[in-house]
Amino acid sequence: MMAVHQQHSAARPTDGLMPSGPAYREQVVARQRRGRLWAVIFQAAVLSGIIALCALLFNILNQSFGYVAIVNNIDPAELAIDGVPLNELTKDQLVGILEANVSAGLMRRYEHDMPFSQRSSENVHELILERVVEPQVQASWGLFESVFARGSIFVEAEERFPGSDVYFRSWLTTSFISKSQSSEPLRAGVRTAIFGSLWVVAITILFSFPIGVGAAIYLEEYAHKERLLNRLIQTNINNLAGVPSIIYGMLGLAIFVRILEAFTSGAIFGVGDQSTANGRTIISAGLTLGLLILPLIIINGQEAIRAVPSSLRQSGFGLGATHWQVIWHHVLPSALPGILTGTILATSRAIGETAPLVVVGASTFIALDPSGPFSKFTVLPIQIYQWTSRPQDEFRNLAAAAILVLLVLLLTMNASAVLLRNHFDRGQASAYRSIYKNDCCHKTSRSDRIRSN
Amino acid sequence: MSQSAPVAQAAISAESMRGPVAGAESAGESALGGEPQYDLRRKPRVAESIIQGFLFLCGAISILTTLGIVYVLGRESLLFFANEEVNLLKFFGGTEWQPAISRFGIWPLVTATLMASLIAMAVALPVGLCIAIFLSEYASQRTRSILKPILEILAGIPTVVYGYFALTFMTPLLRGTFGRDIVEIYNTASAGIVIGILVIPLVSSMSEDALSAVPGSLRQASYGLGATRLETALRIVLPAALSGVAAAFIVAISRAIGETMIVAIAAGAGPNFTFSPFRAAETMTGHIVRISGGDLSYDSFDYNSIFAIGLLLFLITLSLNVLSQWIVRRFREEYE
Repeated sequence: MMAVHQQHSAARPTDGLMPSGPAYREQVVARQRRGRLWAVIFQAAVLSGIIALCALLFNILNQSFGYVAIVNNIDPAELAIDGVPLNELTKDQLVGILEANVSAGLMRRYEHDMPFSQRSSENVHELILERVVEPQVQASWGLFESVFARGSIFVEAEERFPGSDVYFRSWLTTSFISKSQSSEPLRAGVRTAIFGSLWVVAITILFSFPIGVGAAIYLEEYAHKERLLNRLIQTNINNLAGVPSIIYGMLGLAIFVRILEAFTSGAIFGVGDQSTANGRTIISAGLTLGLLILPLIIINGQEAIRAVPSSLRQSGFGLGATHWQVIWHHVLPSALPGILTGTILATSRAIGETAPLVVVGASTFIALDPSGPFSKFTVLPIQIYQWTSRPQDEFRNLAAAAILVLLVLLLTMNASAVLLRNHFDRGQASAYRSIYKNDCCHKTSRSDRIRSN
Repeated sequence: MSQSAPVAQAAISAESMRGPVAGAESAGESALGGEPQYDLRRKPRVAESIIQGFLFLCGAISILTTLGIVYVLGRESLLFFANEEVNLLKFFGGTEWQPAISRFGIWPLVTATLMASLIAMAVALPVGLCIAIFLSEYASQRTRSILKPILEILAGIPTVVYGYFALTFMTPLLRGTFGRDIVEIYNTASAGIVIGILVIPLVSSMSEDALSAVPGSLRQASYGLGATRLETALRIVLPAALSGVAAAFIVAISRAIGETMIVAIAAGAGPNFTFSPFRAAETMTGHIVRISGGDLSYDSFDYNSIFAIGLLLFLITLSLNVLSQWIVRRFREEYE
């Protein structure tokens, strides 16, 4: 552009008015250079965000798989009878091995839990591994090292743990998902925690979905915006969305766990675990998380309802429908995809929430699956927190595997939210919604972000 | 009189509208003297009122939640301060938090919280704002459609996962960089940096919303005057969106102060009055989690004390949130 300007400068009427000359040209070059520099800086910022995400995922994958050095109390080869390896022995032989190696009291306990005549040989084999072979993890290595520095791992293991068994282990296995909590890292699993999470989230949704949608309907369809009370409710909801989650935990501790103990422990219904009856149950946790995600559901619901064009309401009223009929038959069906998307996103927030549940008192060590809303429980994030807090490396590996389970769960939920949104957006009765779509989604994503930790 | 006229009009028009639909019926009625026989007054509908009442209750639950928070935190804090050993002077004047030996200075917890938040902001504000400017002013539609989901993934990862990341990745990284003697295993720097990563999506998306809301005519005018893209972004668009960007910053600070799991895992377990980011120090939220994670008996001193800390935390975050809303309202540039 500068060149053009100079070529024709003599013929231009603006001559002398527009800046020109070498000093000016230098300045333009400098400005453009600065522009390019900053463009690189902006791109670097974006890149650093992506790098952070990659580092996080890499770190978790790295810890979930890798070599472990294991030392057995008794070598399984020694237990072989007549050259037949342990895992090919008959059940009677296995029971015999077990009997010879553990105390009589323990045998009676096993017999009491489930008679040996009814146990499968796999089960007895597992008991032998657990009680007789007693494998102990001595050290574990990350995936990265395991792939690129295999040799040195074997050397190191040989030096530090002579006689150890070094093999590649995936910490995330089907048995990790299907087994319950154990203090032995090799046998620990997350089944109890998964069930706990599902129970808690079920209560959370049952509580917060109807109330949240109801509040959204009230605020959008009934409330007079000028009235002080309604303005107060609206402001209040926006502020509640910014309250740190741990404060909700304290609210739950004081209200649900303590004041409503008779209800949340199940005592007034005569159910629940009577021996340790206290309010630190699934229902307390579910209600606490319900209160936590309520503002999110309300705000999302309001935006979805607001996006329904008022012509739809007007035509309903014009045909003589009552206010509720218009809402139930016309407004809600149109707003439902938006409401559901918001609810799923809020639910995935509830699944990942840890701090309020620590305060409400999720139990740290529970080996029994929760049996109902009044039983003690643990959830996946708490399990991760507990394992992470342990100093031993192998528990970090367990935590990483549990994180993978949690992330897959969350990813599935978020993907279903996106699919739901797309499905309904392409659906038949949504010609008008395409007009409002951009607006709606824009706001929805914004309200997601106004959430506390 | 002036009020009754439109009503009569409405009655007539209703009559005429219903005419063809319910012809026989209305013919019979008009034989009774031509007066409109329809009762157009609003009918009392009990079910509708019940529904409306129920929906109002749903909305009122949010008020109840706030009242519950204020009541619970206030009541337990009063019990805490009712103890003769505690008073506000000690609470806000002391630099040691050891309730067991009656030291109730809140400052160790507050400084650790502020330090972690400051480090987080030092990470999140520049990076978040740069991402926002890039997305809003530089990126093509296609790039945006790739980058925004990535940021959403970053925002959707549970905080306990970030805590794990801080302890198993960031801390070893810091210890490797600055030396194992300087950086303790648990330290505020690692927690603060990871909190920063956590709030980057919040800062960038809220700021980007504010930047995108600036009308394109401003940018066109700036380009027309010969400004470069950078000058337009920094001197025209950013000042115009400043209120939204400032609100995003404040919400991010509030979020960082209230962040719990990262500091609970990575920042250390034990109040420590220090200004060194490489030493272990417990934040307010971390302290609450650690105390309540153990076996806590009701009405014990520890039990009451965490509610006093909670009240302080609640007041700080609430005032920050209110401040951010006020900034948006007060300083928003209207272009329509």
